[in-house]
Amino acid sequence: MTDVLAEYLYVLSVVLFALSLKFMSQVKTSRLGNFCAVAGMVGAIIATLSAYQVHQTGLLVGAVVIGAVVGTPIGLKVAMTAVPQRTAMSHAFGSLAVALVGAAEYYQDVATIDPASLSVLCGEMVLGFLTFAGSCIAFGKLQGLITGRPVLFKGRNVVNMTVLGGAVATAVYLVANPAMGQLIPIMAALALLFGFLMVMGIGGADMPTVIAILNSFAGLSAAALGFVLDNKLLIVAGSLDGSSGLILAIIMSQAMNRSFANILFGGFGAVAVSTQASSQTARTVQAYTVDDAAVVLQSARSVIFVPGYGMAVAQAQHAVKELADVLEARGVDVKYAIHPVAGRMPGHMNVLLAEAQVPYDQLWEMDRVNPLFPETDVAVVVGANDVTNPAAKTRPDSPLYGMPVLDVDKAKTVIFIKRSTGPGFAGVENELFYLPNTMMVFGDAKKVLTELVAAVRKMGA
Amino acid sequence: MTSLITSDLATNLLVFLLATILGQELIRHVSRLLHTPLMALTNAISSVSFIAALIVLSYPGSSTITLLVTVAVALAATNIISGFLITDRILRMFERRKPKK
Repeated sequence: MTDVLAEYLYVLSVVLFALSLKFMSQVKTSRLGNFCAVAGMVGAIIATLSAYQVHQTGLLVGAVVIGAVVGTPIGLKVAMTAVPQRTAMSHAFGSLAVALVGAAEYYQDVATIDPASLSVLCGEMVLGFLTFAGSCIAFGKLQGLITGRPVLFKGRNVVNMTVLGGAVATAVYLVANPAMGQLIPIMAALALLFGFLMVMGIGGADMPTVIAILNSFAGLSAAALGFVLDNKLLIVAGSLDGSSGLILAIIMSQAMNRSFANILFGGFGAVAVSTQASSQTARTVQAYTVDDAAVVLQSARSVIFVPGYGMAVAQAQHAVKELADVLEARGVDVKYAIHPVAGRMPGHMNVLLAEAQVPYDQLWEMDRVNPLFPETDVAVVVGANDVTNPAAKTRPDSPLYGMPVLDVDKAKTVIFIKRSTGPGFAGVENELFYLPNTMMVFGDAKKVLTELVAAVRKMGA
Repeated sequence: MTSLITSDLATNLLVFLLATILGQELIRHVSRLLHTPLMALTNAISSVSFIAALIVLSYPGSSTITLLVTVAVALAATNIISGFLITDRILRMFERRKPKK
């Protein structure tokens, strides 16, 4: 095959990649989208192998075999609850691959490289290495290997910026003295340290946004490598990935009413605790039994489930589905209200419910479902907390104030299934607990729901 | 050998900007239901950096270069294979239960 033909195959790959994202606009066509992307990838690899003479065939085959041995079980076996960790790991792998190729390209071209190429190459390596370290920490936090609390220390932002500044300064010095290859490991180490420090300081609750930002960085570093290698396919694929991460990050941060700067430098989860429990010490929560809740559900005509990550922790998604099935069999209208940050990465809750075989037309996103709460008989909150707190709408002194929440409080009755009386993870008291139309049912979500199913069934008979 | 100056920097910049604008438009219209598989998919797509490793592997290079690139090939291959497999697995879950109406 000639180089020209390879160029046209690249064009085809670009089109297939763009189409694959287009097909992701609907569930119906989404699998076709994935196949398009696979076809684009295969085309790109065939084109590259034919246009360039790869010398170390044995090494290449060996590396691909390792990739297949590691990648296949990850792709086929990882649990849906663990998909966020898998995603963080794939950002780590992708950005490290890009950074290593960048370093190799430097050593290859060191004698002839021009300042402009070297600048882009340095930027690409810094971005790649910091994304690698940051993604490894995100993986550790999501997997529970590292504390989910933000690790903060005095002058954190000054230290972080100094480290990043050091990496940039090393890069600038390298561009001025292109032959000083020994600077590459120093630059890489500083970039790694910055990525490590940055994500260590971010709390577990912010992981959906952090994952999206790291996704964007990984894409951008791939695009930068495309500039250095003068490879337009890589530029396109990298910028598509970068765009995707950016948009998801914006959606996530808007859903939490926070700016990127606040997420990256603020150290949220640690600050929130201090501003709580001012005027509400005297109030008590009214606890109800499973049978009380069953009576209410029995007479309901419409029910909205409000799932949070706590549902997945309790492995209660199948119990939720079972209760929904029982209610539907009685002619009850059932919906699920999905907050954008429900779960631990963008769209995660939808995947967890789809795995429990909930039909996707019952999954309603926040903006569509909020107007329906006033006409809803019962809202059942399972493992969600902050995203239902009406204080976000009414109390300017609440740390949650301004965050878009689900209007659960507007439902005629709220059944709130909760593990214990203690405050939520963020340490913010939920106003919803004290409303007269709220029934608190305490206990493990899976156990409570299973009992509810039995109780509602018994009444129906 | 590559050089930003001899390679057409302006064209590459144009490609980058157009792809970014296209990406923003396409991603904005992706169903919110599918944001998790979208991330898996775009991650697999950007692992087309695999071909960058292939290109560098085609130059006659030192053993350091070969080592760096071989590791990169293994990492990118892992991402490509696991990324496409997991995307399809998630999408099959959505497909399994079609809406009733």
